[in-house]
Amino acid sequence: MSELIQFLFSGVTVGAVYALVALGFTIIYNASDVVNFAQGEFVMLGGMITWFAHEAGLPLPLAALIAIVLTSALGVAMNKLAIEPARGAPVVSLIIITIGASIFIQGTAQLVFGKQIHTFPAFSGDTPIHVGGATILPQSLWMIAGALAVFLALWLFFSRTLLGRAVMATANNRLAAQLVGINTNFVMTLSFALSAAIGALGGVLATPVTLTAYGVGIGFALKGFAGAMLGGMGNPKGALLGGFLIGLIEALTAGYLSSQYKDAVAFVVILLVLFFLPQGLFGRKTTDRV
Amino acid sequence: MTPTKAIIAGLFVLAGALPAVAEIRIGASVSATGPAGALGDPEAKTLEMLIEEVNGKGGINGETVTLVLYDDAGDPNKARTFATRLIEDDEVVAIIGGTTTGTSMSILAVAEDAGIPFISLAGAIDIIDPVKPYTFKTPHTDRMGCQKIFADMQARGFAKVAIIASTDGFGASMQAQCKLVAPEMGMEIVADETYDPKDSDMTAQLTKIRGTEGVQAIVNPGFGQSAAVLARNYRQLGMDIPFYASHGVASQGYIDLAGAEAVEGFRLPGTALLVAELLADGDVQKPAVTAYKAAFEGKFATPVSTFGGYAHDGFMILSDAIARATAAEPAAIRDAIEATTGLAGTTGVYTYSATDHLGLDLSAFRLLEIRGGAWTLAE
Repeated sequence: MSELIQFLFSGVTVGAVYALVALGFTIIYNASDVVNFAQGEFVMLGGMITWFAHEAGLPLPLAALIAIVLTSALGVAMNKLAIEPARGAPVVSLIIITIGASIFIQGTAQLVFGKQIHTFPAFSGDTPIHVGGATILPQSLWMIAGALAVFLALWLFFSRTLLGRAVMATANNRLAAQLVGINTNFVMTLSFALSAAIGALGGVLATPVTLTAYGVGIGFALKGFAGAMLGGMGNPKGALLGGFLIGLIEALTAGYLSSQYKDAVAFVVILLVLFFLPQGLFGRKTTDRV
Repeated sequence: MTPTKAIIAGLFVLAGALPAVAEIRIGASVSATGPAGALGDPEAKTLEMLIEEVNGKGGINGETVTLVLYDDAGDPNKARTFATRLIEDDEVVAIIGGTTTGTSMSILAVAEDAGIPFISLAGAIDIIDPVKPYTFKTPHTDRMGCQKIFADMQARGFAKVAIIASTDGFGASMQAQCKLVAPEMGMEIVADETYDPKDSDMTAQLTKIRGTEGVQAIVNPGFGQSAAVLARNYRQLGMDIPFYASHGVASQGYIDLAGAEAVEGFRLPGTALLVAELLADGDVQKPAVTAYKAAFEGKFATPVSTFGGYAHDGFMILSDAIARATAAEPAAIRDAIEATTGLAGTTGVYTYSATDHLGLDLSAFRLLEIRGGAWTLAE
């Protein structure tokens, strides 16, 4: 029994990281149908800038806040300098631009922060919490709470606020959205700012557990993307559950089957789900009027 | 004579004059950036520093040494291109480099074809086994790492071992070598787990090992970020099975990242460079180790790493061989490298022969133990 609890703890810890990244994908995707592959770099920057500011002597909460604000500003800059000039290009071209931005951010981070691996202290210490013979780190609870909070905020934003609906409308039909008076440029800028902020928050929460280096972004982006696809791209509920599901499948496979098959089993599950539910578990059904 | 003709004529004169300048051209391709950047960066810095040092002392046999250095970013294809360029365009007499096993394998193929001596800085035993005429290497092999660990386990009376390895090249190769030498050394592998280098939690695998009957010690072939995360997970679970890390984590960074408490009592095979201050005064490696450490840390204000030490030893072996060689030509240099005997570097004492292009034995590894956040000698 204690083994099972430990596997579940391991699963939710990993899953919380995936979910935080997956949630970051949803806003930009909802606003523009673009999958932002630089999302992982936002996570990396969140951790790196926090480490940098904390190392420079700032208290951790202030360092984290600076990291989130700076990353968010970078998201805006990325939209203004790379995405907006290419407006009107097909979605695939925009996705490729985000890959380019990701490589650029990675290269710059390597120059600014160096190639070393970094970390900063956990928020509530490193003493594990014992539950039924298993242990979980307090930082894991922070990550899970962070993922839930972001989910809740996103869900409220998209379903309860006018601005959130404006974002959805922009994705649906940019021209029609403009015609009803939505400032679509502002919506795009906002979506990049929010996505980058969520990514950075993920980095701030996860770094004490996962550690960080200039190259960690791609790994985060791929696993988070898998989580988002499994749950249904663009749906915060899907991103949250998709991320946690992949984490749990990996941990349970590693625990009960073999760690050699951990990634393979997770991958097979994703393929099966997408085969039977191409929109993911909670994806919106698209119907085109002909 | 028109100005154009004058320029062309001038160029011809220059071109004719170039080979007359006495200089020895050495080539290097290391992974100063990219996934192996943490390894290749100190290697590049070390080579540049040593070239400066040698030329400051008047070069080798009175001839200036020039270094042509390329950054292959850990990409075997780029490494192959750079090796070709070094040989054909830069006309070097020898190549040092190949930070990773993959880039080393690319370079050695080109170097062997052209008959240019190549000193690799990568770990895998495949680089020099079977022996290739022009290829040598400076680091220990991962097989030696396993043997050193198992020898210590034998001494402590352990026979049942769990392996938990990362799935990257380093981890997978060392895991295979450990499984290969385990039966020879009377070790039984009772658990065999892996993790992805990008994983952020390995408590599931460790829980499984903890639940396995009779595990007396754990070996972790892995390095970098994931090895530090694994050490934290091990401590999080409150495990007390003796833990052996690999030589891949032999740097202060590992202790700092994992936290001194997490890695207390961990043992691993490492080089003399890490414990320079602890070496006995009569130790043959002490002069080389302390000199390199002082020079590198004085110049770059960052701690020395084992990897920079590999580059130091590669350059030391090469400059020693060029000084002894009958001519500064590739074939003569190759013969001189193979005749290297008892040359003490930071990694170990090198003695090459026609059948051994690794040149090190197990004594090159020191068994280290982490105590109070610092390295100590366990032997």
